[in-house]
Parts: sequence; structure tokens; C-alpha cells
Amino acid sequence: MFEDVFNLTLLQNTIRTATPLVLAALGGLLTMHAGILNIGMEGMILIGAFFGVLGSYFFSSSLMGVLLAVLSGTLIGLLFGVFTIELKSDEFIIGIAINIFAGGLTVFLLRSIFGVKGAFSSPDIMPLPDVHLPLIDKIPFLDTIFNNHSLFVYISWILVLVVYVFLYKTPYGYWLRAAGEHPESLENVGVSPKKMKYLSAILCGIFCGLAGAHLSLGYLTLFTENMSAGKGFIALAAIIFGGSNPIKTFGAALLFGFFDALGIRLQGVGIPSQFTQMIPYLATVFALFVVAQRKLKLKGR
Amino acid sequence: MAQKIIELKNVTKRFPGVLANDDVSLHVNKAEIYAVVGENGAGKSTLMKTMYGLHAPTEGEVYIKGKKVEHFSPSTAIKNGVGMVHQHFMLVPSFTIAENIVLGSEPRDKKIFVDKEKANEIVRNLSKTYGLEVDPTVRIEEVSVGIQQRVEILKTLYKGADILILDEPTAVLTPQETEDLFKVIKKLVNELEKTVIIITHKLNEVIAISDRVGVMRQGKLVGEVKTSEVTEKKLAEMMVGREVLFEELSRDEIKGEVLIKAENIVAKDNRGFDGLKGVSFEIKAGEILGVAGIEGNGQTELIEVLSGMRELKSGNIYINNQSTTGFTPKKIRDLGVAHIPEDRLVMGLSKESSITDNMLMGSQHNEKFSSKGIHLKRNVIVDHAKDLIRKFDVRTASEEVTVGSLSGGNMQKVVIAREFSFDTPILLISQPTRGVDIGAIEFIHDQIIKKRNEGCAILLISAELDEIFRLSDRMITLYEGEITGEFKNGEISKNDIGYYMTGNRKESK
Repeated sequence: MFEDVFNLTLLQNTIRTATPLVLAALGGLLTMHAGILNIGMEGMILIGAFFGVLGSYFFSSSLMGVLLAVLSGTLIGLLFGVFTIELKSDEFIIGIAINIFAGGLTVFLLRSIFGVKGAFSSPDIMPLPDVHLPLIDKIPFLDTIFNNHSLFVYISWILVLVVYVFLYKTPYGYWLRAAGEHPESLENVGVSPKKMKYLSAILCGIFCGLAGAHLSLGYLTLFTENMSAGKGFIALAAIIFGGSNPIKTFGAALLFGFFDALGIRLQGVGIPSQFTQMIPYLATVFALFVVAQRKLKLKGR
Repeated sequence: MAQKIIELKNVTKRFPGVLANDDVSLHVNKAEIYAVVGENGAGKSTLMKTMYGLHAPTEGEVYIKGKKVEHFSPSTAIKNGVGMVHQHFMLVPSFTIAENIVLGSEPRDKKIFVDKEKANEIVRNLSKTYGLEVDPTVRIEEVSVGIQQRVEILKTLYKGADILILDEPTAVLTPQETEDLFKVIKKLVNELEKTVIIITHKLNEVIAISDRVGVMRQGKLVGEVKTSEVTEKKLAEMMVGREVLFEELSRDEIKGEVLIKAENIVAKDNRGFDGLKGVSFEIKAGEILGVAGIEGNGQTELIEVLSGMRELKSGNIYINNQSTTGFTPKKIRDLGVAHIPEDRLVMGLSKESSITDNMLMGSQHNEKFSSKGIHLKRNVIVDHAKDLIRKFDVRTASEEVTVGSLSGGNMQKVVIAREFSFDTPILLISQPTRGVDIGAIEFIHDQIIKKRNEGCAILLISAELDEIFRLSDRMITLYEGEITGEFKNGEISKNDIGYYMTGNRKESK
């Protein structure tokens, strides 16, 4: 039974399950750096997942699905920005509102557009392509773990590096971080912290849109109600665990993805799903506990 | 005739309900040091913000280098060569010094990347040119306030400023750092033809450094004089609008009983080293013991162990003959101790709460304000707050205003009013007048003296030597956690005490 769970497939699954976390966390850490606590990622992912399916189904093109997901992400990010940055509403409340709104909107559209309840699947939804890497397929272990994943898996890895370079090597990255840490100093040199906050909110929407599109077009090829299933919150935990650093957050997302995959595998060998489904969340709680301990230690108390 | 580099014509600035600047006209000449003095709330900062374009005047005109300013914004000001160093620094703590200096106009590598190496190089060159030494690669959060201020000045110079506005630059500096800053300012003006406008309420500094002074009171410019033609006393009168008197203390032998006794106290500082290395002293009823010393030599640790906020590593503290080892701050307060902490915003006040609630702090359990400690008697509490506001002359529109919206001097009055209203025989006071204007200083000093004359034992820690000398009956100097000298007031001069503050020891008789 042990081999049935702990094998190469587990690692392969880890990469699959971690990808939506990675994408959403990349977006969320941008808002985090800009000084906004975004708990609305959950809803943003869900909306992205829905519009991904919508675009792919109607245009018979996964690319159009992704485009619609990105567009919906842009709009929802902008909406989040208008409320938190412009109207200075409480970020927490707006985040919750977006999550509730996303749940309601997708259920409503699911019924009014597709006329179904619960889930929508159709052979006309074009999935995102899998990518076969040529050279690596000769190496047995690496081939199983790293090859033949959905396109967004590889894109998410590239984006980790892109976000890292953006944050720490480009002027916009400096400004975005300054806008979060000490907005007055940025304003004082003639750069608008508000604009940087908007940029972060919109980018976060786009990244969550991509995460959603990956869920509904890459990971699965269907949309079900509430299919984001806590991924936005686990992404937030990954950001906190990774100290908002893209590379470390990527590592944290992989870790949480691993526990997610582990839960799924354990279910496969007959352990009741009520227990296995707890695993990723328990791991998250434990990770956050570790972070809190580390911070306390740093303070020397 | 000197060239007018900045000119304000009939500038008026109104905020809802407040006339902050009222028809102010003044000019500043090229390569001079112009000081703007006035009490808190006199409109100095508002005027400077107008010059720097942080807001537009309601009426009136601003000319920079002979050109009328049409569009008020910091970026226009920067383009016109105006730079401002704010009282609260505009620095990003986690960024390096170089990253902070170039923020907003970074040197680029291939157009899209920040060229960090070049930024460091630029800062090194600036450092050399202006004689302002800094290490470009260190993070802001790791350097002292003095260095941070240097970074602020370098930042304006990097942006090409030849007019520098400094808002209360010495408020946060040690005497040594202040001296260094003044050297830099003089160099900038005398050798490099820069123009400096300095806002302050420390009159000795105005006399020491400026060429001309503009005095503001209640939003108006009430006088403009050449520094060489005035005295400190005259400026104080112009600022306050009346003669300023500081009460002299009677220096009779004090015969009260000992209320505070410290025996060889040792305590750790925040980094885990010994911040106090065996300090002993006594304070009698009716006596003020002043602690002189450059900041960071154990003052913070001293007041914190006495008030019970820091653990005592060894030694004994007796308050009213009761050892306080292991006592919580509340228990120590119950022995008859009130505490005015060094940083009012960290430990003295809740910024977001109303004056009323801040005045109540610490007395919630008092029978007078609550029945059985459960139900607060709101009207009694409000009356109490109103009473203190009147007695301590807190300038506010109402007792329900949040403390955070008050000026520094008024915030401090709230802390002092609360702590003094406890009527305790022992007072621990730290930096009672930091960031407080001269009218309020006079008032606070009078209150402290009143308490002394009523028979309180008072420990006074201050970075202002003037204050220590004006109020103390006895003083000790603290250096690296040890007492280096003890003097009766009158035994030693301000100049001589500096010798002990920097580590030299008084020979015991």
C-alpha cells in the first residue's frame, strides 16, 4: 500500500495540483507587496475558471478561453482596486464580498447561459494542450515527473522568474514595493502609489484568472460550482509561508500541492475521503504556525 | 542686491474650518539660510508644503527663480530645483540607502532594469561631492536617524535640488548629530551656493545657523528679521506674542524621605546586552533628579525597569521602601508611580482613540469612573476629560477628537494631564517636551515644578540639556549604562557636563 501512495506519480501529481496555487500566489504576492491584503483570490480564480470554459466553448479555442479568463481577471482586479484603493473600503470585507459575488455570479451564469445546475462539461470545451518536452523523455524518472504536463504548468514556472525579476530588478517593481511599505516616500518623489496599487490589483486579477483557466481547461475540462475549493486561501497561506518572495512562495505552493496530491492518492487506497481531504488544510495550518513561531523568535520574545 | 530665489505673494491657505496661512508674503535669497519659526500649529509646515507643491494655495502666488508656479505638485517642485526633507522621513525601510536615494528616477540598464551598481556609484560620488558620508549598500532600517537624515538630504541633491526645505531637522537628532548637520548645511550654502530653508522651534539653533528669520503666529507672518539683529528672548516673544518666563526654582536643601531607591540595577537592552550595568541612586520627596546623557546610553532601559516594563537582571529597586522585583507595571503604579514614557505614540497614547478615552486609560477600575468595574459612567468620564483639557490647556475642538489629530505639543499635554491627575507621589518622566513648541514647553515645565513643590519625587530623563538644567535639583550623567557623574545643580556648567556624557568619570571624593 505504501508504494501505491508514495511513488513518482505522487510527485507528478504534486506539480499538477500546485500549479493553480503557484499562479494565484504570484498574483497575490504582488498585492501583498503593494500593501493590500487580498483574500478575494478565491473568487477571482472561480470567475477565471468560468470564463475560461465560456470562451473555450463558444469559440472552440482554448486560447480564447484563456483570453476571456484574463479579461475577466482584469475587470475583477480593477473592481477590487476601485473599492479598496479609490473608495478606501476595508480590504477584508471587499475580499469576502468578491468571494461571495464570484460564487453567485458563476452559478447564475451557469444556469442562464448553459442551462445546467452544478457542473457543465461538454466535448466542445477545448482543453489547454499538454506539452511534450523532447529531450527529457529519455530519462525515466524526470520524464514521469516533469514531462507531459498541461501548458500552464510550464508557463507558471516561467512566470515565477518573471515576477521575481519584475519585483527586484525593474523600477516598477521597486515602486510597487515602496507603494506598499512606505507610500509617502514614493509619492514624495513624484510617483503615484495609487497607480502602483492599481497595477498590483489588476495583475493579481490576471494571475488568478490564469489560475482559474488552468483549473477548468488544463487540470480538468469542465466547470463545477465552487471549483476553486479553497485554493485562493491556500495560495494566500503560501504567500505568507514564503514571505512574499516569489521563489520561496513557489516552494511553499509546491509543498501545499504535495499535500493536496497526497490526499488524493490516499483516497485511492481506500482511506475515507473525509480524512484525506483534511490533509492539505491541516498542512496549511501547521505551516502558518511555523511562520508565526519563526516571527516570534526573530522578535526575541 | 541679492537674488530672490523663492517669493511668496499674499499666500493664503484654507482647510475646512481652519485658516492655516493668512496672507503670507516673504522671499528667500539665493545662498542664504532662512529660518521659519513658530509654535506648533502656527502654519509653518503648511507654508512649506505649499512651496514644495504638496498642495496649492487657496489664494496668492508662488514664484520660484522668478517664474510663477502654475501647477502645484512635488514633481514640478523637483523640476524647479526644490527639495524637501520632511520631519517624518520619506524612506523605505527595507530598501538600501542607494535604492532610496534613486527611488523614482533610477539609473537604467537596458532601459527596463534598475542598474544597482550604477546607483551605488552615483551615491558614492554624491557622498564625496557634498561631504555626506554613507554606505550605499546598507538598508535604511539598519542605520541611525542621523544617517537617515543624511540620506534624505542626498536624495534631494540627487534630484538636482538647489533649494532645500528642512522641516524640523533637529527634532530627532542627538546634539552631536545636530552639530554635524549644521556643518553640512553651512557647507552647502557657503561653498556650493545652495539655498536652505529651515523650519524649527529651537531658537538657539536659529541663532546659531540662520541668516534671516521669519516668525509665524496663528497662520500669519508676524515678523521678518536679520538673525544678527535679534536675541533668543526676542524671538520667543514674537512667537508666543507675549513675554515668556521660566520660573526659577528655589534650591534649598531637600529634606524629604527617600521615595525611589535603586541599588546596583542591571538590565538587558533590546539586543540582549547589558544596557544598565549597575546603577544606583536615590530620589527624595520634593526632588527632581535629572538624567543627562546622549540617547541610547541606558535611559530607555532605566525608565523601563523602574516602571516595571523591563525585567531587572540583578540589583534592587525600592519604591516607597517596597522592593518591586517581579512587580507588574500595574502593581508598581499602585505603589504610587506615574509614568510619562519617552515616546508618547508608542506607550503613552492610543492614537485612534478620543481624548476622553485616553484620559481614562489606567483608571477604568476606579470606583469614580465605573460601578464595580463593569459599567463605565460615561458622563463622569467626559466631565473628567473636559476638566483636564481645561486645566492643562489642551488646544482641541472637542474632547471627542482622536488624539492622533492633535499637534505634538497637545498630545504630550494629554499624556501629562492624565499621569499628573493620578496624584501620585512619584513621577517617572522621559522626554516631556520632545517635539513640543515653546509655549507648551513653558507650561509643561511649570507643571513639573508644581509637582516638585507639592513634594513629589521626580525622575527626569531628557535629551535636552537646557531642560535638565532648568528643572533638576541634582543630576546624574549616564554613559553606556553606567553613571559617570553626579552633580548638584549649580555645581557644573552645560559645557562641562558634556565631558561626563561622553564617558569620562567624575573622581569620587
